Amino acid sequence: MSVYMPTTVDQAVALLAQNPGACLLTGGTDTMVEVNFNHLKPGTVIGLRLVSSLREYTITPQLIQIGAGVPYARMETGPLAEALPALAAAARTVGSPQIRAAGTLGGNLGTCSPAGDGLPVLAALDAVVNLRSPRGIRGVPFQDFMVGVKRNSRVSDELIESVSIAPTSGYQDYAKVGVRNAMVISVASVCLVHDRHTASVRVALGAVGPTIIRAREAEAWLATQVDASTSLPPDEAIAIEFARRVAAEARPIDDHRSTADYRRHAIQTLTRRLYLRSTK
Amino acid sequence: MKNSSTTTRSQSREVLGTSALRPDGVAKTQGDFAFSSDFQAENMLWGATLRSPHPHARIVSIDPTDAWRIPGVETIIFADDVPGQATYGLIASDQPVFAQNVVRYMGEPIAAVAADHPETCRRALAAIKIVYEELPVLFDMDLAIDPSTPPIHPDGNVFRHQRIISGDPDIVGDVIVEGTYDIGMQDQAFLGLEAALAYPDPGGAGVELVVATQWLHEDRKQIADCLGMAPEKVRLVLGGVGGAFGAREDISLQVHTCLLALRTGRPVKVQYSREESFFGHVHRHPGRIHLRHHADRNGKLLKVEGWMKLDGGAYASTSSAVLLNGITHLQGPYACDNSRLEAWATRTNNPPCGAMRGFGVVQACFAHEGQMDKLAVALGLSPVEVRLRNAMKTGDKLFTGQVVDSVAPVARCIRETDAIPLPAEPAYGTGSLELPGGSGRTSDPSHIRRGIGWGVSIKNLMYSEGFDDSAEARCTLADGVATLKFATAEVGQGFVVLAQQIARTILGVDTVVLDAIDTQIGSAGSTSASRQTWMSGGAVDGACRLVRERLFEQVAHVHNLNPLQLAVEGTDIVDTLGPLRVPVSEASKGLRIEETFLHRHRPTEELDENGQGNCHVAFAFVAHRAVVDVDTELGLVKVVQIATAQDVGQVLNPLTLLGQIEGGIAQGLGLAVMEEIVVDRGVVKNPSFTDYLLPTALDAPDVVAIPIEEYEPLAPLGAKGVGEPPCISVTPAIVAAIRNATGRDITRTPVRPQDICLPT
Amino acid sequence: MTDTTGFYDLVVNGERRQVRDSWVGESLLYVLRERLGLMGSKGACEQGECGSCTVLLDDEAVCSCLVLGASAVGSDVVTIEGLAPHGAPTDVQLAFVEHGAVQCGFCTPGLVVAVHHLLERNPDPSAIETREALSGNICRCTGYGRIFAAVETVVALRKGAGK
Repeated sequence: MSVYMPTTVDQAVALLAQNPGACLLTGGTDTMVEVNFNHLKPGTVIGLRLVSSLREYTITPQLIQIGAGVPYARMETGPLAEALPALAAAARTVGSPQIRAAGTLGGNLGTCSPAGDGLPVLAALDAVVNLRSPRGIRGVPFQDFMVGVKRNSRVSDELIESVSIAPTSGYQDYAKVGVRNAMVISVASVCLVHDRHTASVRVALGAVGPTIIRAREAEAWLATQVDASTSLPPDEAIAIEFARRVAAEARPIDDHRSTADYRRHAIQTLTRRLYLRSTK
Repeated sequence: MKNSSTTTRSQSREVLGTSALRPDGVAKTQGDFAFSSDFQAENMLWGATLRSPHPHARIVSIDPTDAWRIPGVETIIFADDVPGQATYGLIASDQPVFAQNVVRYMGEPIAAVAADHPETCRRALAAIKIVYEELPVLFDMDLAIDPSTPPIHPDGNVFRHQRIISGDPDIVGDVIVEGTYDIGMQDQAFLGLEAALAYPDPGGAGVELVVATQWLHEDRKQIADCLGMAPEKVRLVLGGVGGAFGAREDISLQVHTCLLALRTGRPVKVQYSREESFFGHVHRHPGRIHLRHHADRNGKLLKVEGWMKLDGGAYASTSSAVLLNGITHLQGPYACDNSRLEAWATRTNNPPCGAMRGFGVVQACFAHEGQMDKLAVALGLSPVEVRLRNAMKTGDKLFTGQVVDSVAPVARCIRETDAIPLPAEPAYGTGSLELPGGSGRTSDPSHIRRGIGWGVSIKNLMYSEGFDDSAEARCTLADGVATLKFATAEVGQGFVVLAQQIARTILGVDTVVLDAIDTQIGSAGSTSASRQTWMSGGAVDGACRLVRERLFEQVAHVHNLNPLQLAVEGTDIVDTLGPLRVPVSEASKGLRIEETFLHRHRPTEELDENGQGNCHVAFAFVAHRAVVDVDTELGLVKVVQIATAQDVGQVLNPLTLLGQIEGGIAQGLGLAVMEEIVVDRGVVKNPSFTDYLLPTALDAPDVVAIPIEEYEPLAPLGAKGVGEPPCISVTPAIVAAIRNATGRDITRTPVRPQDICLPT
Repeated sequence: MTDTTGFYDLVVNGERRQVRDSWVGESLLYVLRERLGLMGSKGACEQGECGSCTVLLDDEAVCSCLVLGASAVGSDVVTIEGLAPHGAPTDVQLAFVEHGAVQCGFCTPGLVVAVHHLLERNPDPSAIETREALSGNICRCTGYGRIFAAVETVVALRKGAGK
């Protein structure tokens, strides 16, 4: 029964290989809730907070790489926010200031809840999740990483090291519906990324399916209506139809937080608004 | 850490009417104030409770063998281990300490363990094997009222059925409006989680319990009955209370903790988690109310008829009193002679409900204010005008026949609220945190509609229906220092500072020591029903006056004067007819004067079968106006401003008054737009702060509050209780504002986004 | 309990403190309160939804209920007790009392830590910035109005004093 606090990724990977099934812990904003609520009995814990390389990010014209241990608070403002406005917008909605000081993308990816706030952004940006093991680094596109509710394709001796994102050129934004003005679990969320480089508009939906949903059919339809290599037209009719098609790809459920009907309606409304915001 | 406290402020005197600072304030800001969860003891064990996962089930078998084997487990107790009365309750003693053969709500306690560590307790609870036979769940109020439904308890499925018929119940108005209103289950959600520490006397002859509660003596009575002990053997000490709002009026962990301590012979601490807290205390009654209001062409109310159903859940708690309050307040603060009303409080397998700030009147007010707005529309009047035309005055009668002889400045509350300037029209940029949707940044200004809505309320003060309520306090004056002793539970509302202000004012001392709050003095009654200013304030006032009288006798004797010509002026005793002036500190040097006073209010009556009787003591009134911004497409709401004028009698402390007003408004806002315990066939779906949402700093509106001071002659300090009115009519005001912004006929609270933006 | 782990040291309020015979699953909140006797930080939800347990961890305001106690090794922990080490209340604490921002007081330590943290980073926050910074601290008693007033006063006092 131990708590290890490695200071390098190599140490962490070695510890994980020696202790299969060990609990990887950075911000604790999901794991500690499970422990406090008696759903998780920690055996061996590998704390990653002191691995400084995980808390770094790099921004170049070709690549943005964010360490799995960068707290959300550092994505709200500064260079990361300038490079990835949608990520900054999502970061600002995560929990509370205290949660944002501790919570990380690595944590969101490790938990893989469909309501994880950073995940629609990673999906819309076609981020690659970099997994480190004794065998080296394996890069998994986000769509292949998240496979179900709280299920991902990480192998047990793999550590989530970072995410890699190709920089985009154009508007990107994120909006999330919750009943309170702060500190809410998403009822429905949308990330929209307009990238002139790839002439694409990408939309990812949160909290309305067992995984984050990329609305690929709607995206394909939109590609037939607009030239995404340049500014998007502020066309209400296109916005409305696009939103309707995006919402049709959502798979929301009824639960104690909301209803499927409302969630689909929220997705449709948010998508229309984000599209029109992107044209301004 | 100590909770008895002193304060000396020599600059400006902190007497009645000033914003005197609370004596426990600094300690609280430094983390030095001992809440009940902060107490620890040598050789202490931890206790925990096993609760039913089912809303209705027969207990087929219980096997604790595996739990006993866990190292560190000291004892496990069940229903058979309760030495005294097996059940308890505030009104009817129908709630088992531990369930024996049947569990009637999700979360009902079945057993408790004491062990060396909270984790050991958790493992022990998980190791107790219980076989349940699930039974059909009674979750519908109408089925509970239906006499053909099998009773889920020997006492039946209806806690109370009450009618009110007054005047001419068959009169028909020129204008009739009708509505059915639904109120969801709110939780008090005080932050200071339930915690208690019990110290067993050697040999188990008695027990001392440190606990956060609202009414020490009522707790003691129930505990003693269940322990089979004389009340004097059970000594209660108030541990610091982290909020109450009604949830601590019923006992929760008290008997369990004492039993564990007596069984093990060691101190035992029990502390609830938030999840357990949701199951461990009563909630606000959810309900449905149907009303038909009749008015004449001029907008004068002619009749109110209809029914009210409140769901009390599995056990009686205070449901019959809540129902009494509810039905007698369906009239609202409006003059009207004629009524035909009927109400039920039902027993179901839903979570037990009881006291929460407002106590039945919150539900009634939501309905009657919705009706007044409908009347306004039908009559072509503004919401303000229809209310002004019917505003109650002193001397008007309630439907129960009781004459409202309290000060009743209803029209003034409405007018002064109306005079408060509206907030500036919004000038938000896209993405502003001040828009509906807040940090989620969902809104654009073009989608926002602003709405204005009104709510006005009457609220009874103190207990009702012949309950012989009282409060005791003791004042001791020695060498210029006053010491006060009372059992009044300070739950955050600020009675501790009021008590000091009273003593300073009457006795002319500045140093007022507060003795420990425990059962070493008579009962102060419950901290609830907006009663402590009137009752415990009256007791402290009475005790201080008696002490002053005796001090005056002393001084008069020494100076050969008539004591009746003496008075306190500032910190001096003066002869009103002569030159004598002597500081109180000097006059009381070497003396020790002690007096105890019991304050009672005038008697009240039970209602007869037609709901007639003087069942309440006194009333307070309040008006609220809400301004909201609504994202009409997404159904998200930002409450922008609450304006309010509240009938308070006398402002005793402007700062603590504002605290009660702003805090109550936040709770009413919660019930309007975000707070609801979601129950599905008896199963609680959201027992956590993730999904039971309390207003945050980003949800708080701007509050503009005006106290209406018309001295209340019935009240010992001329002051009415102020705790409940702020949370009552603010909820219908906010919902009315949402209706105004959207044009939707919203009939439930809390209002959910889909209620605003989707077809019904 | 039989499965308690060995021991570790934490640096709390500038002091090295020993934690002994603890169980691995204990949160920093539990360790501070039950092992180190620092009862000032409060627990009201155990899931980071209320902020009552707010402490500073390496100068960041975090929920101590979500920090594994043993993982705080090597970091600086500052609790409510550490804000005013010599007993005299800080300007924030005094302002809270003077503005009626304290009722039951259960949320108060967490809020005081959060306010200190806010003003260290942003000495002149707008009203909305204050609200957002405190949005992780739930108060059930006050409705927040007096808390905002207290923060405004501290900001003005500190500006006036040229701090």
